Amino acid sequence: MAKKMIKLKIDGKEIAVPEGTTLLEAAKMEDVKIPTLCYHQDLCVAGNCRVCVVEVDGWRTLPAACATPSMEGMVVYTNSPKVRKARKDVLALLVSEHSTQCTTCYRSTNCELQDLAAEYNIDNEIYINLLKNRTFTVDQSSWAIEKDETKCIRCQRCVRACAELQKVNALDVINKGADMKIATFFDTVMSDVVCVNCGQCINHCPTGALTERRYIDEVWEAIGDPTKHVIIQTAPAVRVALGETLGYEPGVRVTGKMVTALKHLGFDSVLDTDFSADLTIMEEAHELLDRLKRKLVDGEDISLPMTTSCSPGWIKFIEHMYPDYLDHVSSCKSPQQMFGAIAKTYYAQKRKLDPKDIVCVSVMPCSAKKFEAKRMEMNDSGMQDVDLVMTTRELGHMIRQSGINFKAIPESDYDKFMGESSGAAVIFGATGGVMEAALRTAYEVVTGREVPFDGLNITPVRGTEGIREASVKLENVLPEYSYLEGINLRVAIAHGLTNAAQVMDDIIIGESPYHFIEIMACPGGCIGGGGQPIPTNDEIRRKRTEAIYTEDEKKVIRKSHENPEVIQLYKDFLGEPLGEVSHKLLHTKYIRRERV
Amino acid sequence: MAKQKLKRVDLIFSKDCSCKDILAKALKRPKEEIVKDLINSGLKGRGGAGFPTGLKWKMAMEEKGSKKYVICNADEGEPGTFKDREILDQVGLKVLGGMALASYVTDAREGFIYLRHEYRFLIPKLEMMLEKFHIWMEEFDIDFHVELFMGSGAYVCGEETSLIESMEGKRGEPRNKPPYPTNQGYLGKPTVVNNVETLVYTLMIMHIGSDKFKSMGFEGSTGSKLFSISGDTPKPGIYELELGMTLHQFVSEFGDNDAKAVQVGGASGFCVPRKRFKETHIGYQGGLKGFSLPTGGSMMIFNSSRSMYNVLHNYLEFFEEESCGQCTPCRVGCQQLLKGIEAVKRGEKSQKYLDDLLRLAETMKLTAKCGLGQSVGNSFSSIVENFREEMIY
Repeated sequence: MAKKMIKLKIDGKEIAVPEGTTLLEAAKMEDVKIPTLCYHQDLCVAGNCRVCVVEVDGWRTLPAACATPSMEGMVVYTNSPKVRKARKDVLALLVSEHSTQCTTCYRSTNCELQDLAAEYNIDNEIYINLLKNRTFTVDQSSWAIEKDETKCIRCQRCVRACAELQKVNALDVINKGADMKIATFFDTVMSDVVCVNCGQCINHCPTGALTERRYIDEVWEAIGDPTKHVIIQTAPAVRVALGETLGYEPGVRVTGKMVTALKHLGFDSVLDTDFSADLTIMEEAHELLDRLKRKLVDGEDISLPMTTSCSPGWIKFIEHMYPDYLDHVSSCKSPQQMFGAIAKTYYAQKRKLDPKDIVCVSVMPCSAKKFEAKRMEMNDSGMQDVDLVMTTRELGHMIRQSGINFKAIPESDYDKFMGESSGAAVIFGATGGVMEAALRTAYEVVTGREVPFDGLNITPVRGTEGIREASVKLENVLPEYSYLEGINLRVAIAHGLTNAAQVMDDIIIGESPYHFIEIMACPGGCIGGGGQPIPTNDEIRRKRTEAIYTEDEKKVIRKSHENPEVIQLYKDFLGEPLGEVSHKLLHTKYIRRERV
Repeated sequence: MAKQKLKRVDLIFSKDCSCKDILAKALKRPKEEIVKDLINSGLKGRGGAGFPTGLKWKMAMEEKGSKKYVICNADEGEPGTFKDREILDQVGLKVLGGMALASYVTDAREGFIYLRHEYRFLIPKLEMMLEKFHIWMEEFDIDFHVELFMGSGAYVCGEETSLIESMEGKRGEPRNKPPYPTNQGYLGKPTVVNNVETLVYTLMIMHIGSDKFKSMGFEGSTGSKLFSISGDTPKPGIYELELGMTLHQFVSEFGDNDAKAVQVGGASGFCVPRKRFKETHIGYQGGLKGFSLPTGGSMMIFNSSRSMYNVLHNYLEFFEEESCGQCTPCRVGCQQLLKGIEAVKRGEKSQKYLDDLLRLAETMKLTAKCGLGQSVGNSFSSIVENFREEMIY
């Protein structure tokens, strides 16, 4: 049923909007920009910063446009003298409790408060600096996330992201009045609380209050050390977002340029996490088939559905929230960690290097990867497998620091070995991608035929719905997989931990009909990761996702098991999927963690 | 000074009527008639905001939905207000009677008394009253149950949406309005939130009739109300008086012959200097010539020995701490006003800085999310404008 239309006047123009449209949305429809700070498309409305106030005829106060529904006959002014003065005052107040050390701030030039303060020409001296004579802390305890109270404007976007998108609730509001601030449970340091390091708080922070822990200087130092062989792996989702940090519109693929730039920066070898994503598919698809066999043929008590394990935010989430269900998680390491383990073993042998001299750097769309690399389990090569993890944003900084004219440089290919990849690996970056890649391989392993979808595009698993499901019927299977004949393989995909929790709750009550579930911690999957360029929103996630699928279609090899480097790796080194060497280097265990 | 004695009213605490009988009679009338009566009486919320009570009940009555709630706001926290505590202590059953009436009109089955944390000594007494009240409800064959809910000490929870948030187990922070509680309140259901005193008046209007109630006070500010009188007065206490008196009349009777200012409505109210006593009436805005000031009942009298700087400083310290901290104008504004007058007093900022602060107070009135932040500027501006020299020297 069509919604009732509401007529109102905004800045002198009569418009009609569907009932329930806020004044902010109504203005946007008319291309009138109302400034905001606490508002974020991904989150529920808070209405607490009061920057978006507007004037309404007959109203005593100036309501917040983000929180006020359009009403019949309203006469709204978005830029009257009263509004401008109020906004300016509100901004000046925010500046008075904010550390205005913009010159040294990581978020400088990408800060919503800085932008508005400049736009409204805020006089820093109007009000008394409230940071003086008070103690504030910068929490650097976490491997992934830094929290700087002096830059917090208390908009609570992080709180809402943590609660609504992720259901983690690591951050919340404590105290009241002048002492009100964003903190963890009992104001404990970030490293000691139930935080999954996903970085959605960072990505939703309008200022520099929440940032990733940065390793730019350490990376430069390693590159500058002649005794070190520094290699870099780039995650699938980085190539479709990095451009945003370097002046491109969202959705532009900059893979080739990025590779050239990384070579310019001085990395000894520029390699691809996509290679190890293909490797992950080999192991994970076989693990799934193995689980099914042990359950159906051997009658073992095997936990199904199996869930993916690529997303370290998801891993820490299930470790904290559902520690009794860890055996549902695939034992496969994530592509980043598989890469590190292979780099410091096989790659080192092949290149005749001492693994101690290798510095394994990765660039990830993710902040949780920083934590993952530091996990105790992640040193199967005999040392820390991945040494330094940067976000897409940090790489953007490095490229800007290097003076490279990114737009002008040519494209080039990844180095060998561990630079080759399939389209199946690229789509790891989008929600549903791991599932699609796994199905392309598993189906073919079982039936000897390609998946029955046009152009290998398994469209039912794609999309933006928080939880999606699909099924593939296994018929005319190869003799060794006869136990799967006629089985309808049921799969589900969840992204955002709130959705993951819903999927888990179904498993707990025994009502999960699936065999295999892909779970990604961040909305949209890795393309919407906590390490991706800011801003990230629905529109931008959609553009990055489109770019990912285009990248897949442009690839000659579309299936993980056809990646020649992966085939060679099994032949020369690993033997077979789930084999002894694989088991040692590519699989891992999880930790039961406390809930508080 | 000629002392013209103000007429006392005796409705709230009057014991020569049976709460049960009034209720029994009222519950036989059609709901619409009760609402009509309340609207006719002109009764406005006695907590301070002054929303027409009959209208509020009508709105909740017209909401569809099976679950509705009635909440008695007993989170009396406004500095200088101490009437609700006395009402609950002396005539708690009348409050419950008002709640029963509201439940009857709106079809609410559950009610709560949100009791200020500091009033926990009233719990045993209230529980006894509740027991008696629930027996009445059974006798009347009415399905309405009331429970006590203890506040946790935040001033802002007197604001109805914060109160509801806190009842839902969340931080006591105001919600965005609309929607209003009558539309989506406790647990998202239509909810009537009324002040303790208001509820008693609804019952007493049933008793004396709306016309008689309306005959007191003046147009737009009908009836009587309880005043919590404190400060420099020889007879502090709680008095029930007709609305509409001038501050001159008030001070003539309650002052100590040296009143230089009266703070009407507590820390969030207005400060009136002596020169304005004659033209200032107590009541809701509109209706009379001159100024009309509403109050939740707090009347603080200051004589010439008081420093208005200290008075204001005290209020601002209170607000700086009691702001929930959610919205920018209130959280930061309160700190700036406090630190600002300190800086002027110490000579670190020029006296002209007071004008910047007055403008800031105006912005807070316009942009703060709830009544708390919007009313900080009331006391600030009225004190700074009227006693500017005391701020500086």
